[in-house]
Amino acid sequence: MAEGHRITLAPEGLAFSCGEEENLLQALQRVGVAPALLAAIPVGCRGGGCGVCRIHVRAGEYRTGRMSRKHISEADETAGTVLACRVFPESDLEIEVDPSAANPITRSPTIAKQQRG
Amino acid sequence: MQKGVMRPGHVQIRVLDMETAVAHYRDRLGLIHTHTDSQGRNYFKGWTEIDAFSVVLREADEPGMDFMALKVLDAATLAARKQDLIDYGCQVETIPAGELDGCGERVRFDSPTGHWFELFAEKEQTGKWGVGDRNPDAWPEDLKGMKATRFDHCLLYGDDIDGTVDLLSSVLGFQLAEQVRDEEADLRVAAFLTVSMKAHDVAFVRHEEKGKFHHASFYLSSWEDVLRAADLISMHDIALDIGPTRHGLTHGQTIYFFDPSGNRNEVFSGGDYTYPDHPVVTWDASQLGKAIFYHDRQLNERFLGVVT
Repeated sequence: MAEGHRITLAPEGLAFSCGEEENLLQALQRVGVAPALLAAIPVGCRGGGCGVCRIHVRAGEYRTGRMSRKHISEADETAGTVLACRVFPESDLEIEVDPSAANPITRSPTIAKQQRG
Repeated sequence: MQKGVMRPGHVQIRVLDMETAVAHYRDRLGLIHTHTDSQGRNYFKGWTEIDAFSVVLREADEPGMDFMALKVLDAATLAARKQDLIDYGCQVETIPAGELDGCGERVRFDSPTGHWFELFAEKEQTGKWGVGDRNPDAWPEDLKGMKATRFDHCLLYGDDIDGTVDLLSSVLGFQLAEQVRDEEADLRVAAFLTVSMKAHDVAFVRHEEKGKFHHASFYLSSWEDVLRAADLISMHDIALDIGPTRHGLTHGQTIYFFDPSGNRNEVFSGGDYTYPDHPVVTWDASQLGKAIFYHDRQLNERFLGVVT
């Protein structure tokens, strides 16, 4: 595996490696040794459509694939709020789970009911 | 078919990138790519379908479903149901013939769950692809990928599923084939509706937000074909959702995955049948794990919560 960029999740400081040709979510799944990371950044559609892997990039260079405007507005994108499944790093990155994220996974009343159990 | 509504006709799906979407629906699902229209929309059909198309892809900023259309018997039925929908209180719009290539006039209406549906009476029939209808052979040899045979149904997420069930039942003659009920909360959590012998032609799951798209589903001939679809998902690194497995609801054998824009697709085989005198099949919400994934019997947050 080619040397990747170092991706650090703030504030916990957990880190993983991601190459320039893979997206953050793919790298996160490949690592597989960081359940805390996977718990923090859910894996949804992996196509920029569902919005569950919303993160904020605090520092670093990256490029993105197209993301649903319902979940990432132009202002979000400018401010570094993106979907992990569409982010390709071009330097080391410091990321955080988007604090304002309204995660659609937890919005389902069916799931809420099951979780209340 | 008591109200002259025969079957699903087409679904228009929004995609973020047309090129990768066309490759997915054509080369992976194995739909026949029929053509591209003047607006840049791409049309597809399953090889067994007689209509000119059943899936339309439109490039947009957000993935999801624009509308699902149902075919009615004839122009008189279309006019009658249009009036019924207006009387019921739906927002109704008439889309002129030809707005979708090869399709006649469409009557578009909204629903309590925020989904848009359409009725139409006429669409060009180009026949089963590669075999025709005169001494037809069993199947054409030039199929790709999963060789999806037809667009079968959609599962849609929205808030007022009782409202949409009432609309589709009372105005369009749908029958409630199966449901999930939470008796404790006296709440219907999911509804599977049919106008045919199928277990579902369209289905709904209760969800906080209106107008969401869970999946479009395509029919395969056998469990073997579902396993072969699973192989193709691995061979091409397609985003797998869940499966291959069997549902408790409808008992279909299934696998779910995502298109490159995050819209969920299903391919499935088998499943229960429904006659008009059949009682409603009910699953208890307490058994939801088994109802959805008959073998694992475990709920999956992504399957329940991820929609476009």
